[in-house]
Amino acid sequence: MRYLPLTAEDRRQMLGVIGADSIDALFVDVPASAVLPGPVDLPRVAGELEVERELTALAARNRSAGSGPFFCGAGAYRHHVPATVDHIIQRSEYLTSYTPYQPEIAQGTLQVLFEFQTQVAALTGMEVANASLYDGSTAAAEAVMMASRVTRRSHAVLSGGVHPHYVRTIETLAHVAGVTTERLAPAVDAEDAVIAQITPQTACVVVQTPNIFGTATDVTRIAQAAHAAGALMIVVTTEAVSYGLLKSPGDMGADIAVAEGQSIGNALNFGGPYVGLFACREKLVRQAPGRLCGETLDSDGRRGFVLTLSTREQHIRRDKATSNICTNSGLCALAFSIHMSLLGEQGLRRLALLNHQQALRTRDALASVPGVEILTRRFFNEFAVRLPMPAAEAVEALSGQGILAGVPYSRLEPEAGLDDVLLVCATETVTDDDINAFRLALTEVLS
Amino acid sequence: MRFTKDHEWVVVEDGVATVGITAYAAQQLGDVVFVETPDVGKTVVQGEGFAVVESVKAASDVYAPVSGEVVEANTGLGDSPETVNADPEQSGWFAKVRLNDPAQVEALMDRAAYDAYLGTL
Amino acid sequence: MSMNNVGRPTAPNSDSGSGGFAALTGGRGLLQDEALIFERDGWFKTGVDLPEPVLSAEGLGDLVRQEAIGLPGLSEPEAMRHYVRLSQKNHAIDLALYPLGSCTMKHNPRLNEKLARLPGFADIHPLQPQSTVPGALELMDRLAHWLKTLTGMPAVALTPKAGAHGELCGILAIRAAHEARGDDARKVVLVPTSAHGTNPATAAFVGYTVREIAQTADGRVDLADLEAKLGPDVAAIMVTNPNTCGLFERDIVEIARLTHAAGAFFYCDGANFNAIVGRVRPGDLGVDAMHINLHKTFSTPHGGGGPGAGPVVLSEALAPFAPAPWLVHGPNGLALAEHEVDDAARAFGRMSAFHGQMGMFVRAYAYMRSHGADGLRQVAEDAVLNANYLKARLSDVMSPAFPHGPCMHEALFDDRWLEGTGITTLDFAKAMIDEGFHPMTMYFPLVVHGAMLIEPTETESRQELDRFVEALRALAGAVKAGDVERFRNAPHLAPLRRLDETLAARKPRLRWRPEAVQTLAAE
Repeated sequence: MRYLPLTAEDRRQMLGVIGADSIDALFVDVPASAVLPGPVDLPRVAGELEVERELTALAARNRSAGSGPFFCGAGAYRHHVPATVDHIIQRSEYLTSYTPYQPEIAQGTLQVLFEFQTQVAALTGMEVANASLYDGSTAAAEAVMMASRVTRRSHAVLSGGVHPHYVRTIETLAHVAGVTTERLAPAVDAEDAVIAQITPQTACVVVQTPNIFGTATDVTRIAQAAHAAGALMIVVTTEAVSYGLLKSPGDMGADIAVAEGQSIGNALNFGGPYVGLFACREKLVRQAPGRLCGETLDSDGRRGFVLTLSTREQHIRRDKATSNICTNSGLCALAFSIHMSLLGEQGLRRLALLNHQQALRTRDALASVPGVEILTRRFFNEFAVRLPMPAAEAVEALSGQGILAGVPYSRLEPEAGLDDVLLVCATETVTDDDINAFRLALTEVLS
Repeated sequence: MRFTKDHEWVVVEDGVATVGITAYAAQQLGDVVFVETPDVGKTVVQGEGFAVVESVKAASDVYAPVSGEVVEANTGLGDSPETVNADPEQSGWFAKVRLNDPAQVEALMDRAAYDAYLGTL
Repeated sequence: MSMNNVGRPTAPNSDSGSGGFAALTGGRGLLQDEALIFERDGWFKTGVDLPEPVLSAEGLGDLVRQEAIGLPGLSEPEAMRHYVRLSQKNHAIDLALYPLGSCTMKHNPRLNEKLARLPGFADIHPLQPQSTVPGALELMDRLAHWLKTLTGMPAVALTPKAGAHGELCGILAIRAAHEARGDDARKVVLVPTSAHGTNPATAAFVGYTVREIAQTADGRVDLADLEAKLGPDVAAIMVTNPNTCGLFERDIVEIARLTHAAGAFFYCDGANFNAIVGRVRPGDLGVDAMHINLHKTFSTPHGGGGPGAGPVVLSEALAPFAPAPWLVHGPNGLALAEHEVDDAARAFGRMSAFHGQMGMFVRAYAYMRSHGADGLRQVAEDAVLNANYLKARLSDVMSPAFPHGPCMHEALFDDRWLEGTGITTLDFAKAMIDEGFHPMTMYFPLVVHGAMLIEPTETESRQELDRFVEALRALAGAVKAGDVERFRNAPHLAPLRRLDETLAARKPRLRWRPEAVQTLAAE
């Protein structure tokens, strides 16, 4: 077997050195009733060719986003990732290295994490950022729990614009931690409706911009109201490229900014692995979850980096940890950082504007289709439309014509009564031909 | 100065007890990087955790050697946690507690008894 | 105060001395000195060519970001140099045996990388119509089948994004099961003293009180202590098997029986599954829930710290209590059920957006298919053989924590053999770096003083094992000969020498800042 270097002779000799008769002697502690006599009932060893054949066949049955006009967003975004990024993350030293617990021989990983933390802090307009969490939804849940710890209150108010999957994740995890949540009804453009729900028991207010309907909001006023009540302001973003065009969470008064970082450096991957961005005010950092990389000196006085403030984490604090999290999203954070380094500020701003442009063009094209109502007024690269038929049916019909037309809101929340709402996203990968094809096909489907 | 088996020390003046961790404890902990002192006004109960002291690799609860109300906390340790290593039994104090019951202090070990206790560890 | 025995120096010794020969500028042979991207003049560069936008963002008015982001850009050649230079400062599995106990640092096959990047897997959106991704659902189903068959369990929750996330999933399922029975008196979770930190952290997070189970002199769960602590207030036990000392819990079936008799559930931490995969099924041992680290047993890359994946296999009793979404076999084939329907109203909710770590599913499945049932069984055998071989060849110079009987896939040593030498476990580990090896896991499990936990995995050839043994024996010889200097200020040959973790924690500097650079030494 190509991954197993030991030969039969090696095994025989090694058993001799150990002083065991057979490999079974080493498994002597296993209860007899549980010893499997032979391999389980699954296929036997297979060569690369065979494995490739099986998986290629499975992959071929899926329609890739790049195979036709594609307009899906709603928390995962198709962007072009430069070839350099994927090449670098496959280098042995990045791909096959471990968590940098021995910093002397992990300065590659650690310096990249330090750069990543700086990039995330800069993008979100916040003071500090961690070395990533699993994804945006768990980052949002961690933020709510952190707010509860910091304020010593146990109620969170969520706007009607937060991604329903994020809402469910926050609810699941926050309820476990004894934090009650109040989530306002889904609303295209009403982030500030949360203000009326803030009380002296509110630990945090959670808003999203751009929200699930694509609406971009200036949440400064909401932050002020939260702070007046002693609550923390949490700003969620699912499309990280939007930081290149829109006012940053830090600039609008966020105490904690969380985001899904997948847009930068990472493919769609059917939902994972992704990378959670987490940034906060410096004075709160000892309550923050996840790994943190810090600067220091070695014994020769040279600058280096180490994981730090580890006493927050599970391997030391155990049952008093700020979170049970162990891994970060290392390689995905590396990909994010490389892509961000290649873009730079200028490149990101231009990329963001291109996204906005394609979305504006798509909006204009769809607005011209009889029966289509554009619901979102101010957006970055995605917006909601109301159709004169269930959106899920329209999406299936358009899919039959080779167009992936967006995400029906009902897919995220079937009970919301928004079955006729479609979430449409257009990134820089959308061409004018795609937009035209979409317009024509939708016109036909709706007639 | 009196001592607990959990390596806290107490010095009383005018019904107010100054509390910290012993030189032995500081040495065992390694380089102290952070101290979480209690809030002024907080009620502390003898034997219960009231502060946390952190080194790079460990976080340890500090137990109140006496019951009472916190009247002052050594917030200067926030900028200079290394004081706990340098001078644990004087300027490295954690908090001052107004005593509920002075008899609690009498019951604690004196220096000789504490040193003898250290010898058994 | 609560004392712990893991206090150890976290700053370099003051008598570290300096390196020997020094170059005139920053480089050292092949190793390049590489500054931060912020410390160069690339503030207005970009390495990505994008068309000029023609429309403006005027419709967004004041929402447009006015202030600078403050991030530099690099041209492609500069980016390549930057990241390649940094990569040379990392140790990796591809370089040498990486003996981290509990981490299972096995080879990461490149076939897995190739297949995960097929557009049909990498370029599909989680919310595109399910009718357009039948192959993805099929792959998840096949992976689920392999996981269930290898573990002998009837159900699996695929969505957790890492081992700790999987533990949370399992404990939440257990909590939901007790609630469904109307049993709300169970507030305690029992955890052995040797447990990995995520176990008590997870249980405490879910609101349980954690109580410890004692360990016997031969490193196993103390049955009598367990039995005494089980009661109507216990919701679950969390046990790792093989345990964190690298030993198989002989009484595991009895542990399960006692737990169930007390009305509690048995959560098994599957981090050490590599020792028994294909030879033992946790389902046969009485386990109710077990997370599997795909990045350990099933070779998905560690990537410098992540991403992981932690699917959780579940018993009949817990199967109804898995988080959304669920892979279901319907009349039209496979589907992902994403919302609770009547039956699954008992599900505890959602642990994250979307459907789990598909990228890791593809890699793990390719790995499983490559090995096959017979290959996987061989994996466990070779992993255990390799660990016992190391234990046999090192036990005369180092002190094994549990010398009697075989270990499983990892060998645990303590620091008794270092007593009186002035050299600690930490020093010894740092000296291994100079010999070209990443240190083993140190100071874990906490139940053993100065622990050194060595896990070679099945990936190592006899030659590499012998090379490792020779290095450690040579170092042990240096310890015996009193060559303290070699150890106290090691590493001497790594890209950087010992780093001041105390300074990093006292004065946290977590990002580069644009103000005038102050040197840390000056503070």
